[in-house]
Amino acid sequence: MNVLLEPFDFAFFRHGLVVATLAGALCGLLGVYVTLRGMSYIGHGLSHAIFGGAAASAVVSVNFYLGAGLWGLASALAIGRITRRRLIGADAAIGVVTTASFALGLALLNRFGQVRKSLDAALFGSILGVSATDVWLVAAVTVLAVVVVVAGYRPLLFTTFDPEVAEVSGVRTARVDAVLMALLAVAILATMKVLGVVLIAATLVIPAVIARMLTNSFARMLWMSTAIGAACGFVGMNASYHLDISSGAAIVLVGATAFGVVFATTGARGRRRAHGVPDHHGPASSPLRGPLGPGTILGLKEVV
Amino acid sequence: MTTALVGLDRVTCAYDGAPVVVDATLAIAPGAFVGIVGPSGAGKTTLLRAILGSIVPRSGTVVRRPGLRTSYVPQLETVDWSFPVTVAETVLMARTHGRRWPWPSAEERREVSQLLDRLGIGALESRHIRELSGGQQQRVFLARALLARPQLILLDEPTAGVDVRTRHDVLHLLGELNDEGMAVVLTTHDLNGMAAHLPELVCVNVAVIARGSPHQVLTSEVLERTYGAALEVLEHGGMPVVLDHYGRPPSAYLSGTEGKSA
Repeated sequence: MNVLLEPFDFAFFRHGLVVATLAGALCGLLGVYVTLRGMSYIGHGLSHAIFGGAAASAVVSVNFYLGAGLWGLASALAIGRITRRRLIGADAAIGVVTTASFALGLALLNRFGQVRKSLDAALFGSILGVSATDVWLVAAVTVLAVVVVVAGYRPLLFTTFDPEVAEVSGVRTARVDAVLMALLAVAILATMKVLGVVLIAATLVIPAVIARMLTNSFARMLWMSTAIGAACGFVGMNASYHLDISSGAAIVLVGATAFGVVFATTGARGRRRAHGVPDHHGPASSPLRGPLGPGTILGLKEVV
Repeated sequence: MTTALVGLDRVTCAYDGAPVVVDATLAIAPGAFVGIVGPSGAGKTTLLRAILGSIVPRSGTVVRRPGLRTSYVPQLETVDWSFPVTVAETVLMARTHGRRWPWPSAEERREVSQLLDRLGIGALESRHIRELSGGQQQRVFLARALLARPQLILLDEPTAGVDVRTRHDVLHLLGELNDEGMAVVLTTHDLNGMAAHLPELVCVNVAVIARGSPHQVLTSEVLERTYGAALEVLEHGGMPVVLDHYGRPPSAYLSGTEGKSA
């Protein structure tokens, strides 16, 4: 028992644990929308784009959140711009912009950074760099996300399920999409230090997919995914300390294990839920829809 | 036509390439019950979207009566059936104004349950939408549309993929709503099972070809111009029945949804 409680003596671990749990909950909550909208790839891309900004701001000594945030925003705009040309699909546009941004970040760190250490931390997450400010930031973003999801519950659900009908029913879908996208960017920014660039997308996807296998109700999926995300964050962070592995990897591995267990125990029923088995109307053929339109097709079905 | 709910004046709509609807002039009067018929790719859904206001015409004008409440029932095959929503959650989506909390008020719960009872799916509130028959699924989306208490309801192929009995039920229900004063506009591929029973039809093939009662427009001449195929029209029990050369009802091969509507 003492062995398990031992790390709580360290302030850095307590900070890390709170941040990991909150980050798990936050990503679990937003992950419901991300997976159902087929935006998993956008989450993945955004974190990579933001990495470029993080590296650049480290090199020119600008505040991490400011630099990475602006960079992420610029990348999102660039993706939107390229997609609008219509010649290039949104998934390809995301691929080009975000990997270029990521590569630039790598190059900058190679050239100017304290390469190994900072690179590992940025890619795979570390609790060593978590300060009290980071704890407050993640807490604030989590509260913000909960407020947005509760206050905008129905417009968000309607827009996610059926954007065209939502639009003609008086929902301002463009605004809803923009709010969700901004929230996602802020969440990635706030949780990146602990979860790491490479692994953040998994924390967006895994809790939501597990919740989807356990329920057919949207409301239940929301709180289940949040709770699963928080639990993965908490358990993963403890595992990270005891097994001496990076925090992002530990959290994702805990989530993946939970996924495996639920996948095995819920049997065909749960799998059918998560997969979206074609019914008598043919396959669920609605265009998967990120705010960037058709083409953002790495959705729930592809990830599972 | 100043009394129309929605008036289209020389409306042309296009997505990326060639126009899908050309020069359409059409007025939907209060209490109208109109079926839009035509072959696949004739612009039926686009015309519906123009009436709905979800597509901006390339040219022409659409005038909507101020404050008009319109609801839309999409084609079932465009619905994402793997999405995690129950029947009640789906219906309640339509109530996006007013209440700020995610969970429904007692009043809303009562309203939804009355509506579902009326549509004959009262016991299915907590079922997932995929666990229903085609007819029940159609009713869920009808219920969602009705929750907004529309004056005009637009339905895209409401009887595609449902059995004969459900088709009757849907037609009956729409008739009832129309009797209560709701204007109904729908698209259909089914000339004999659906269109022939409606008071008014609009035949389209990119342009509006004809408009009138089934007796007026379900004629060989109009149908040939609409479908580009020779069709024979017989009369049975006072109703027009459309046949192709081989004496087979045409809806199957004209629609490209063979086997779905029977």
